[in-house]
Amino acid sequence: MKEKQKSIWVFGDYRNYYQNRVTLQLLSKAVDLARPMNAEVCAVVIGCDIDEWIMEYTAHGADRILAIDHPSLIGYSTEYYLSLVEQLVGQRDPDILLIGATDFGREFAPRLAKRLKTGLSADCVGLDITPEGLLVQIAPSFGGNMLAEIVTEKHRPQMATVRPGTFKEIPHNHERTAIVERLPLPDNLSAPRVRVVEYERAVEREHTIENASVIVCGGRGMGNRNNFKKLKELANLLGGDVGATRPVVYAGWADHGALVGQAGKHIKPKILFSFGISGAIQHTAGLGEANFIVAINKNPQATMMKMADVAISADAGDLLGSLIKELKKRIRE
Amino acid sequence: MLNIVVCIKQVPMVTELPWDEKSATLRRDLAAGMMNPACKHAVEAALQMKEKHGAVVTVLTMGPPVAEEVLREALAMGVDGGLLISDRLLAGSDTYATSFILAEAVRKACPQFDLILCGAYTSDSETAQVGPQMAEELNLPAAAYAENLEINGRTLRVRRLVDNFRETLEMEFPALVTVSMEKYSPRYASFRGLEEAFSDRDIFVFNAQDLGITPENLAGHGSRTKVRKVFIRKAQKQNVMITGAAASAAGEFLDRYQGMISAAIGKSIESKKKAVE
Repeated sequence: MKEKQKSIWVFGDYRNYYQNRVTLQLLSKAVDLARPMNAEVCAVVIGCDIDEWIMEYTAHGADRILAIDHPSLIGYSTEYYLSLVEQLVGQRDPDILLIGATDFGREFAPRLAKRLKTGLSADCVGLDITPEGLLVQIAPSFGGNMLAEIVTEKHRPQMATVRPGTFKEIPHNHERTAIVERLPLPDNLSAPRVRVVEYERAVEREHTIENASVIVCGGRGMGNRNNFKKLKELANLLGGDVGATRPVVYAGWADHGALVGQAGKHIKPKILFSFGISGAIQHTAGLGEANFIVAINKNPQATMMKMADVAISADAGDLLGSLIKELKKRIRE
Repeated sequence: MLNIVVCIKQVPMVTELPWDEKSATLRRDLAAGMMNPACKHAVEAALQMKEKHGAVVTVLTMGPPVAEEVLREALAMGVDGGLLISDRLLAGSDTYATSFILAEAVRKACPQFDLILCGAYTSDSETAQVGPQMAEELNLPAAAYAENLEINGRTLRVRRLVDNFRETLEMEFPALVTVSMEKYSPRYASFRGLEEAFSDRDIFVFNAQDLGITPENLAGHGSRTKVRKVFIRKAQKQNVMITGAAASAAGEFLDRYQGMISAAIGKSIESKKKAVE
């Protein structure tokens, strides 16, 4: 008897392609995972005029492309996508289905998993495969301070959303080929119940503190509101955002939206500047995924100074002034 | 009058995380709890709609008996009633099972609902999955990460930001929406409210049996995922100390890390002086 061809599917999320190449990163990881299982890597692409993406996913590692290209699929309707992928999975029974943890992916994947009656882990920062073909999903919790190893033992497909930037894409190879299956739009699709009234790209690249690559955080050690305001100047020079601790928000130096920590935002910047922050756990709970921490504090014994990559022992306000001055000079050069 | 159900969760306060080194697990049973911050924003959104349009707001949670605290807190903020689902049988549920159980509770206790609100995600497991999965269980139109909600008759208008796109969506009641932490900063519970919430207000407690959930039908709707282990991420920090006067310390810092900073901010701050040697 011929054994069923094993397959790993990657959902083609291309809406924000130029800022977010997570689908290509997932294809690359799928190629890795597929090797020991002897599985096929399959990209699912849905939309209107999608040839560009079919070529891109082929060049980045897909063995097979399942494409549904139709004018009524213009826009990014979660409900249409749910029905279509649900039907495809039902017909073909893939072993694994990976979806980028974009905002879209994190709304789409849980609903799809529910329809498919299978498990799903969220925002994974690592994936592995056991010899038995079990997908080991590493998911963060508590602001990245803890990691959980999750498996879906009995149900298929094994589904995970994966954080953008977790894996490296395979370089573009235009000589690669894939089997492209162009599938018709099923005629049993019902109209979406959610109507898109307006839909526009955010004017500037929308900067939310959760996705900022540089964050300048300030605490009580900034001394006063005026000093605190100057953090914005440094943040602007570095193309970053300003974060705050709870006492500072209470004092009215910063908005609640800037609050970083247990009761506020969890951040994952490439560089975090921490000015005049002692490092109470309510605040540091939000810093589990900061890549590189620079702490500035008069007190070298402060918790924040101990958990930093670079600890600068100085008055936070003074150092902020010097840093701004020095940076301006260097950027001008 | 509108009928709004807000699903909330009690999460451990990180200050109080009792960590069992031996088994490398979190002793959730020993952790002090608080209302998940995004859930609090969802309660605030419901209360603002109540003030504007008139509504009955019910909060719903699942957890150990102590989770009643977050229902009391929501009562003190101004909601009308609370419902706790508590049963050992349901402990350890993943999002798949949790969304089923919460949906069963809504079907049993609040079948006349117009709108279900959830926090967009929780601060402990951070999956953001229970809301969307409940929408599937109850077959509802839904939207995640709502920043703003407006009601016009039976139509709900949702504004949100997803993947750098500003979207305005519309759907008819009944519907389900998860609320982000961008707007709807939660109000503080008044002392009077707190007093009332803890004295003469009733909270209903359901166990699995009350919801008609048995070990047999949980097998069909129960958890799909299994947590094999949990571990603390140990970051390797260099912990370099820089001291001295502010101006020289700033300069030294930039000299040493200019390459990394340039890469992170996408523009060069590397001193040209260095090239001349």
